Amino acid sequence: MKNQIAIIDYGMGNLHSVASALQHVAPDSDIQITSDHDVIRAADRVIFPGVGAIRDCVGEMRRQGIDELMVGEITSGKPILAICIGMQALMQHSEENDGVACLGHFPGEVKSFASHSNFQVSAEHFKVPHMGWNQVAQVRDHPLWSGIEDLSRFYFVHSFYVEVADKDLLVGECEYGITFTACLAKGNVFASQFHPEKSHTAGLQLLENFSKWNGSS
Amino acid sequence: MGLAKRIIPCLDVDRGRVVKGVNFVDIRDAGDPVEVARQYNREGADEITFLDITASHEARDTTVHTVEAIAAEVFIPLTVGGGIRTLEDIRRMLNAGADKVSINSAAVKNPDFVKEASGKFGAQCIVVAIDAKKVSDEAEAPRWEIFTHGGRRPTGIDAIEWAELMVRNGAGEILLTSMDADGTKAGFDLGVTRAVSDAVSVPVIASGGVGNLDHLVEGVKQGRADAVLAASIFHFGEYSIGQAKAFMQQHQIEVRL
Repeated sequence: MKNQIAIIDYGMGNLHSVASALQHVAPDSDIQITSDHDVIRAADRVIFPGVGAIRDCVGEMRRQGIDELMVGEITSGKPILAICIGMQALMQHSEENDGVACLGHFPGEVKSFASHSNFQVSAEHFKVPHMGWNQVAQVRDHPLWSGIEDLSRFYFVHSFYVEVADKDLLVGECEYGITFTACLAKGNVFASQFHPEKSHTAGLQLLENFSKWNGSS
Repeated sequence: MGLAKRIIPCLDVDRGRVVKGVNFVDIRDAGDPVEVARQYNREGADEITFLDITASHEARDTTVHTVEAIAAEVFIPLTVGGGIRTLEDIRRMLNAGADKVSINSAAVKNPDFVKEASGKFGAQCIVVAIDAKKVSDEAEAPRWEIFTHGGRRPTGIDAIEWAELMVRNGAGEILLTSMDADGTKAGFDLGVTRAVSDAVSVPVIASGGVGNLDHLVEGVKQGRADAVLAASIFHFGEYSIGQAKAFMQQHQIEVRL
């Protein structure tokens, strides 16, 4: 049986870059961009992406029953990789768009860089969005870090960041005006704020690791 | 440790071919944007920007295919500019695999277009390109205005105010080209770069005038740019991306190596 990887499509943004990056590192896998719940449930591994505004993302997830589907997928134990807004959507709440209730899989908040005091009085003049290549400190071992040097750079583009309420979730941290969550993980779920599909060698390595991961950490 | 300053090579593409000449010794077809992108990717470019200068609208399908071909194998961000006039143009480029689009004259014509685009696709993928030219005399306080049609047509719009308006309308990044410096190889116009960078809350890419590696350093240190864009110094093999990054690092600028 081919390794089946489903990239969940709920109509927000282009998912071809994720698919082509996965195809590149896991050429023997069957990669599908899909909104079909049965296909997603049958897949061996699931990618939960997201771009754009969180209210629209979470709204579409709820409208299409992706929120319910994710409950089942997460408890199923299969490897899940959440990317960018996908990671933010798994938290409890986001400050974006005047406050949005998220899916609540992990304890923590999604906060605005711009409203943080370090961004208002800083002489360094931190720009928002946090856009470009930043270093990720691997604060805890994880199978997805395999073959990736600590402090490797990944490509970020976001104006809001995750603050986890449970520090045990942290696997990667990044600094930009403040220290924030670059990656979190629990059991079969790994989530990254950066875009592995746009992060050249380090990102491709992470995707390759994911394509082989059995979901235990 | 922190965010790296980005180096962005820019390709002018006409009907699917790289123009203004690229002169790499180690690629087979220097006119093929896919080959050139692959080479820049190998050298460690942080992003790649395409400027589509195809005059006819029909030939633009070629650009879409080019973007698709590059996105299928180059796993760094891609920006596409030139001729982006409608939400449909943006959707096509993003679906083809572009991460960002850059909007120039369509924004001048209708500033609310940026608002619509950002509202629909998110600020993260909307770059507003500004072509600025100095309009003040030597004795006056410096003042820049935006120009269209390759710097030939004045608009009477103040460049700093325009940049601020574009950010309010939802631009996620500003690509600032000095029309005075462009093509001179005498360095960026650091005055306008610094003024725009200090005025806006989003990242600024400095463009126009790069002739050597010192210019890149100046763009970041004096111009306070978050990224530097250059074409000819890379295309003609005068410097590699790797050399540019090593030089910036020697000057205490954080780069991705």
